Amino acid sequence: MTTTQPQTEASTTPQPPRRRAPLTWRQRLGRWDVKLSPYLYIAPFWIVFAVVGLFPIVYTAFISFQDWDLVRNTGTMTGFDNFAFVLQDREFWLSLRNTFSIFVLSSVPQIIIATFIAAMLDKNIRAKTFWRMGVLLPYVVAPVAVALIFSNMFGDKYGLINGVLGDLGIAPIAWHVDVIPSHFAIATMVNFRWTGYNALILLAAMQAIPRDLYEAAAIDGAGTLRRFFSVTLPQIRPTMIFVIITSTIGGLQIFDEPRMYDTNGQGGSNHQWETITLYLYNMGWVDFDFGRAAAVAWILFIIIVAFGLLNFAVTRRFIAGDAAVKATKVKKVKK
Amino acid sequence: MTTITNPLTRKKKAGAAAVSTMRPGWFVYASLAVFLIASVFPFYWSFLIASGDRFTINDPNMSWFPGGNFLANAATVMNNPAVNFWKALSNSIIVSTTMAVSTVVLSTLAGYAFAKLRFKGSGPLLVAVVATMAVPVQLGIVPLYILMQKFGWTGSIGAVIIPGLVTAFGVFWMTQYISQSLPTELIEAARVDGCSMIRTFWHVGLPAARPAAAMLFLFTFVTSWNNFMWPYIVLDSQNPTLPVSLSILQANYFVDYSLVLAGVLLATVPLLLLFMFAGRQLVSGIMAGAVKG
Repeated sequence: MTTTQPQTEASTTPQPPRRRAPLTWRQRLGRWDVKLSPYLYIAPFWIVFAVVGLFPIVYTAFISFQDWDLVRNTGTMTGFDNFAFVLQDREFWLSLRNTFSIFVLSSVPQIIIATFIAAMLDKNIRAKTFWRMGVLLPYVVAPVAVALIFSNMFGDKYGLINGVLGDLGIAPIAWHVDVIPSHFAIATMVNFRWTGYNALILLAAMQAIPRDLYEAAAIDGAGTLRRFFSVTLPQIRPTMIFVIITSTIGGLQIFDEPRMYDTNGQGGSNHQWETITLYLYNMGWVDFDFGRAAAVAWILFIIIVAFGLLNFAVTRRFIAGDAAVKATKVKKVKK
Repeated sequence: MTTITNPLTRKKKAGAAAVSTMRPGWFVYASLAVFLIASVFPFYWSFLIASGDRFTINDPNMSWFPGGNFLANAATVMNNPAVNFWKALSNSIIVSTTMAVSTVVLSTLAGYAFAKLRFKGSGPLLVAVVATMAVPVQLGIVPLYILMQKFGWTGSIGAVIIPGLVTAFGVFWMTQYISQSLPTELIEAARVDGCSMIRTFWHVGLPAARPAAAMLFLFTFVTSWNNFMWPYIVLDSQNPTLPVSLSILQANYFVDYSLVLAGVLLATVPLLLLFMFAGRQLVSGIMAGAVKG
């Protein structure tokens, strides 16, 4: 639509015979300025993106069909061999399982707690800025640092958590040996860093809810809980979907935390907490098989896209709940 | 006195339904306080370990008050040649600053063009920018490494900086902000007054974009400071960034966690300082982004 107007301007360029004096150098320069400037302004982004984004993505597809030779830095075509290898590799399926398990353990509690904290921050509290900043604090700390701290707190022999459990009379948990405990520990690191961040996003959505809705609900006799479930939740639905989708994309790519969870960084002696990205890393920079690593990258990408779409469809319905009528209205308006 | 208290009490009674202006009860503050303590506690615990010695972490009766060894441990970490702490710190500063400045400048330029200038193909190009935001970094990581190897850049911080010179998110963010906050009349006025395109950008576009540019700077800085996977792949232990040197520290000192955690805290201090000065902007940046997102 926006292109219609420049076109009228551009149509003067073929210049039908006319009497007007030819444009001066300055005028011509000014015209070029108008036409070229926008492209010059967006050019740096596209150049960088073409070199470090687009080219590698296309090239990943190319490499994934090859047996890559590190010494010669070229490959020979092997068709779908790399994909076949990866899909038949037990380690791949284990890492897929781990990734989903860690993802569920991190995103579900994270979103529930973030929503709760956002609701608390949305109250008319004192020292708003203090609380908001406090909630965001873990976000600025590097995942690597968080991972080092928590992997020690979850230490098998002397860790703080096992110490506390011991005081409560509970047998120590093998956080670095057993599958689910290690997932729980890694999910805790993710939650630690992202819950407050997501709480602020949800808080922004809550603050955009017109206050008269709450007043009206209160007059109708709705208590705090009822107001939360019947006013707040339906109103923040779009933001909720946004948070769930972004945490899905991030959660499926998790690398720093499992990599730093023990000193070997291979994802555990029996791949207990090896994630797909860690599998990709091990494939590429431990086994130095770039062809297979590229195949893993593509498989990961397809999983993320598929899961993102699935997530979108599910959460749309799920959160709609008793606001289903409203949701259909929104859909209609959008169409 | 009575004249002051009376209207207040009356207001309270009349507005029984005024839920949104009511001061909340202890439950709200208690929940927030628990969350806050949970956010700070891991750092305090790390400090306890880092201020002790190598046996502190194994001590079941560990004191809840810090010991006196933190500075000594910190000095050991900083002076250890394998960790390269100072090199890592200066690398992190250079990498994060360059990436943040470049992302802000290039994103503002592109965002301004997308938001306010009319040119052929601007619509599809903007859609393409948004689409690229969804592509995970890992997808291109293998060829990117091969590319860097071919150029002979592996091991140098240039290999970390170049892929992060500008981000699709930055372009999208600036486009959103500028199209909402900069009146097109201002640009037209500048043009009528004889400003060239770039001068118009400089004198009209840039000042209007400043608040969003500041937030973009902060986010890019924090993200690139914490970035681990790509620097870890492309750099080596001689020339690390801070997160990379932390991973070396862990590999070197896995017996002595007082040193590991001292290093973790040291590496975290610069960002905590940034947070003290700019935390407020980070908060409002996240909240502003959420409303548009």
